[in-house]
Amino acid sequence: MPILLCRVDDRLIHGQVVVGWGAQLGLDLIAVIDDELSGSEWEQDLYRAGLPDEVEALFPSVEGALELIPGWASNAARGFILARDIATMRRLAEHGALADIEVNLGGLHSAPGRQRVLPYLFFSDEDRAELRRLKRAGVNVSAQDVPSARRIGLDELLEMKAG
Amino acid sequence: MNEEVRGILVGHGKLADGMLDAVAGITGSREGLTPVDNASMTPEALEEHVESLAGDGPSVVFVDLPSGSCAFAARRLKCRHPRIAVVCGVNLPLLLDFVFHRTLPLEEIVERLRSHVGVSIEYTTDADSSVPGR
Repeated sequence: MPILLCRVDDRLIHGQVVVGWGAQLGLDLIAVIDDELSGSEWEQDLYRAGLPDEVEALFPSVEGALELIPGWASNAARGFILARDIATMRRLAEHGALADIEVNLGGLHSAPGRQRVLPYLFFSDEDRAELRRLKRAGVNVSAQDVPSARRIGLDELLEMKAG
Repeated sequence: MNEEVRGILVGHGKLADGMLDAVAGITGSREGLTPVDNASMTPEALEEHVESLAGDGPSVVFVDLPSGSCAFAARRLKCRHPRIAVVCGVNLPLLLDFVFHRTLPLEEIVERLRSHVGVSIEYTTDADSSVPGR
C-alpha cells in the first residue's frame, strides 16, 4: 500500500486529514496506530461513523502495525498512517517500519507543559526529545498542516522560537 | 413550561461565530446558542469545553463537518450524556428552526431537526429557473 501520508496529529481522523489531504492525494484506507484505541471498539465505531463510505479505517496497536506494515507493500490501496504522538512514530521507526517514509507533523495542540511553535504545533521538552530520537533513527520529519502550507523541515522547526 | 434546550454551535475557523451572526441578523437575538471554534485545542480540551457549556441540561450540539474534530468530540460527549443530541452538517434553516422551538422537549426538537434531512439543501439548475427572460 503506498503510504501517501504518515502523520502525527492528536486529532487523529479529522477534517484536515480526510478532506484536506484526502481530497488532494486520494484516500482508500486510514491506519490509526494507537495502543489505546486498538482496544476500544466503541471509539473505533465512532471514528468509522464519521468517515466517507469509501474510506476504510484500521486501528492497530504499535505491535499490530509492525505485523501489518510489511504486507501493505502488496496492497494497492492509497493509505494514510496516523498517530496521536511522536513517541508512537519513534517506536515504529526503531523497528524499521518507517523506512523511506517521511513523518508529517500535522497537529499537536496546546496542553500544559507545551509551548507554541506554530499555530498547529505546540511542543513540550519531551516532544522535542522524541523528535531528536526520530531523527537519530534516520527518519525525515517535517511540519505541514494542510497541502497548500509551506513544508518546514525538522532542523528549522527545532530552531524556531517557542512562545 | 419545559426547560429550554441549549444550542452549542461548534465549527472550524469562524464558522460558528459567523452563523450565529446570521441567526442574530434574522431573529434579532443570540439567545440560546453558544459558538465554539476548535482552534489550537486538543480533542480532550474541545470535548471538555463543550461539556462545560452543555452542563446537565438538555442540549443540541451542532457541528459543521461529519468527519471533523468537532463532530468526533461531540459524539464522544453524547456517549456519556443521554440529554445531548448531535447534529452534523449544520446550516442556517436548521439553526433558525432550533432557536424558534427551544422550549419543546429535546425529543421533539430532534424530530424537527431530523425532518430537515434532505430538505434544507436545494439544488437548482439553469433549466429549473423560472425567471422570465432567461
